[in-house]
Amino acid sequence: MKKYISLLILILISPAFSLAGGMDDDPVLTMLTVDQLEIRTSNGNSPLVWEAEGWIGKDLHKLWIKTDGEYVDGNLDEMELQALYSRAVAPFWDLQLGWRRDIRPTPQRDWLAFGLKGLAPYHFDIDAALFIGTNSRSAMRLQAEYEMMLTQKLVLVPDMELNLYAKSDADTGTGSGLTDITAGLRLRYEVRREFAPYIGVNWSRRFGQTADFARAEGTSIDDTQFVSGVRVWF
Amino acid sequence: MRIDEILQEFDGLCLPRRQFVKGIALGSALLGLGISPARLFAASGSSSAQQTLQGNRFKLSLAPQLINFTGRERLATAVNGVVPGPILRWKEGDTVTLDVTNHLAEPSSIHWHGMILPTGMDGVPDISYKGIAPGENFHYQFDVKQSGTYWYHSHSGFQEQTGLYGAIVIDPKETDPVSYDRDYVIMLSDWSDEDPTDIYAKLKKMSGYYNFAERTTADLARDIQQKGLGQTLSDRSMWNWMRMSDRDLSDVTGYTYTYLMNGQTPADGWTGLFKSGEKIRLRIINGSAMSFFDLRIPDLKMTVVAADGQNIEPVTVDEFRIGVAETYDVIVEPKADRAYAIFAQALDRTGYARGTLTPDLSLTAEVPSMDPYPLLTHQDMGMDMSGMSSGMSSGMGHMGEMNHAMSGGNEKSAMNHAMSNMGGDMKKMTIFGPAGQGSNAKIIHAATEFGPHVDMRTQKPEFRLNDPGVGLRDNGRRVLTYADLRNLYPTADQRDPEREIQLHLTGNMARYMWSINGIKYADAEPLRFKFGERLRITFVNDTMMNHPMHLHGMWSELETGDGQRIPRKHTVIVQPGAKISYLVTADAMGSWAYHCHLLYHMLGMFRKVVVS
Repeated sequence: MKKYISLLILILISPAFSLAGGMDDDPVLTMLTVDQLEIRTSNGNSPLVWEAEGWIGKDLHKLWIKTDGEYVDGNLDEMELQALYSRAVAPFWDLQLGWRRDIRPTPQRDWLAFGLKGLAPYHFDIDAALFIGTNSRSAMRLQAEYEMMLTQKLVLVPDMELNLYAKSDADTGTGSGLTDITAGLRLRYEVRREFAPYIGVNWSRRFGQTADFARAEGTSIDDTQFVSGVRVWF
Repeated sequence: MRIDEILQEFDGLCLPRRQFVKGIALGSALLGLGISPARLFAASGSSSAQQTLQGNRFKLSLAPQLINFTGRERLATAVNGVVPGPILRWKEGDTVTLDVTNHLAEPSSIHWHGMILPTGMDGVPDISYKGIAPGENFHYQFDVKQSGTYWYHSHSGFQEQTGLYGAIVIDPKETDPVSYDRDYVIMLSDWSDEDPTDIYAKLKKMSGYYNFAERTTADLARDIQQKGLGQTLSDRSMWNWMRMSDRDLSDVTGYTYTYLMNGQTPADGWTGLFKSGEKIRLRIINGSAMSFFDLRIPDLKMTVVAADGQNIEPVTVDEFRIGVAETYDVIVEPKADRAYAIFAQALDRTGYARGTLTPDLSLTAEVPSMDPYPLLTHQDMGMDMSGMSSGMSSGMGHMGEMNHAMSGGNEKSAMNHAMSNMGGDMKKMTIFGPAGQGSNAKIIHAATEFGPHVDMRTQKPEFRLNDPGVGLRDNGRRVLTYADLRNLYPTADQRDPEREIQLHLTGNMARYMWSINGIKYADAEPLRFKFGERLRITFVNDTMMNHPMHLHGMWSELETGDGQRIPRKHTVIVQPGAKISYLVTADAMGSWAYHCHLLYHMLGMFRKVVVS
């Protein structure tokens, strides 16, 4: 992993070509997108939830960071971090390889990540990943999103995520099989391309053994929350 | 009020402030208040009088200059303190010397666009010379061997976007075949308050950043209402499978651009005076970084007498499209004692540049409203229309066909495929099609065109010389097309082409990568022309954008159907999904630039040409 990262950094900092007009067609750029930064309102607590990703790199090779998490009543309840090397493999698809760490809930879990991220026909944003963890753990995740333009600035975004785990992990409250499905519908208004407040609804449900773990802890297995937040990128 | 109208209103609440200011200024100008707010806070570059320098010795100074086109001061890269730079007026047969001093903090250059001159004077850093370092001076000297309307601009970085361009007018040595009583330069350009480096970065991060005409659910609802669900789904299927938009008309739009005519904003407008009955020659130059314009003068016919500086057989039209870096000379003869609007709407209809021809400064002309937003068609993707009737499944079938067509080739074989077709037998090349008729060689997609950097390959590109282009088809006006262009004089080099080079314009719109044959400039070998040879270039546009292709140092002799009257151009628009052929006589030794003149495409869509 370290080898790949240092190789990538080497590629990124290598001097630009001297081209006619002194310009490089493929400069190193950075982008940070906070896709969701929102308060979810349900009975009881109102968690702060984020989902963000950033990259540095060139047209076909990038270093990606992805993170999401949940902050409830002053406690970090959930947090995940991924660091990936991303390589374009098709006009609309990037292969993303790297490492994922689940920081919360504890104990921490580490995974190798193999992902495919891109735009499917009919303009569905897809992020599908396979994770291989320690102690022969493995998991799969599928995320899909669609941007429905109501106007040039008002965008309705349905999204969905589902997670599958091969092996039960009682310490983190994860069962085997389908663990959870989340579906959301967010309506955002792009004041600028880079800045869009939104409101919406988020539904999530735990399944199987994962649901049993939740029940045992006294947590609900089925949640419908109103969300309000902001989407920012630069 | 329908729901989509309400939603549009909602969008309107958040108009960028700059557009709001522009709107007010235009309103008051139209009301005839005489003084417009935009003029009040315009610091410079706003005078209607164009600075003209005449003679054969010139001193040009490149320096930063505060400028105000939008209500906010910005630093421009100006020539002699003005944007556009001064008009340079030369005489055919003279030797001109131009002392150019760079007072900018970065390297700079000036390229004399369309001029036939020695490579060392062509002004392209790293190809013709090393450029002009900050604080340095370069002494250009060359013989002027042509006449007509041309222009000059920086060939360094993005300086062309920030103001480093101006007109060149060359009076002929002999009697001008075109008679006129007065002439005006009409320099069209696009200005942004944003740093061009930021524009480029935004396009790389989100290629649709500047496009506020995307398809919405209201469009979908309207389509279903008009065409029914089945037909709508079938019409949308190809676009959806290809992940393309029929609304991708230009990468950078009026969202950030203020379109200028002779450095005047639409609020101010440029004004040219005439006396009734005069013949006026308008020398129209598109000095934009990224914008195509459709120009017309309502109620006045225009007789086009020159294209890219070269005289053509006069053709009378209502309107013409001018691609980035092209020039057209037109004659107008206003008879009535009234003002006329010169109206140049951007191809994507997100704004316009305007001016007025008037016998009296107190008269104003009504500015027409812009045409509806044009939509790209399957034709603009070079699709084979024969089998496109049924829905999703046939769409997929075609995709498959497109994607594995000719994957066995490579760049070299694509470029020289016609030669190998001959089996090394170099006798008569009738296989290419004779001079003036264009190529009939097979379209071959090289292996280098396949990969994550290329999102589309045309299936069946056609010559579309008769096609005025997206947004101008069947608009009820007589619109100039390339098929109308016929040289005023007989073709100088009567030879048929000895060789043909097929070049594919390629890219990935979403990743904002541009290339030729799938290879970007940084990775490309130079194209080699043999000194003295007559060759044909055939461009195949494997993208959905118009690309204005500019060959330095030699004429691009556009094959418009008559081998005896081949018009000479320096910049040729290759329409989306189309092909086009022109002949080149490789009579200029040395290294030359060859590229798409869209500023944010040319970094990749570029080749060095070596004539030896």
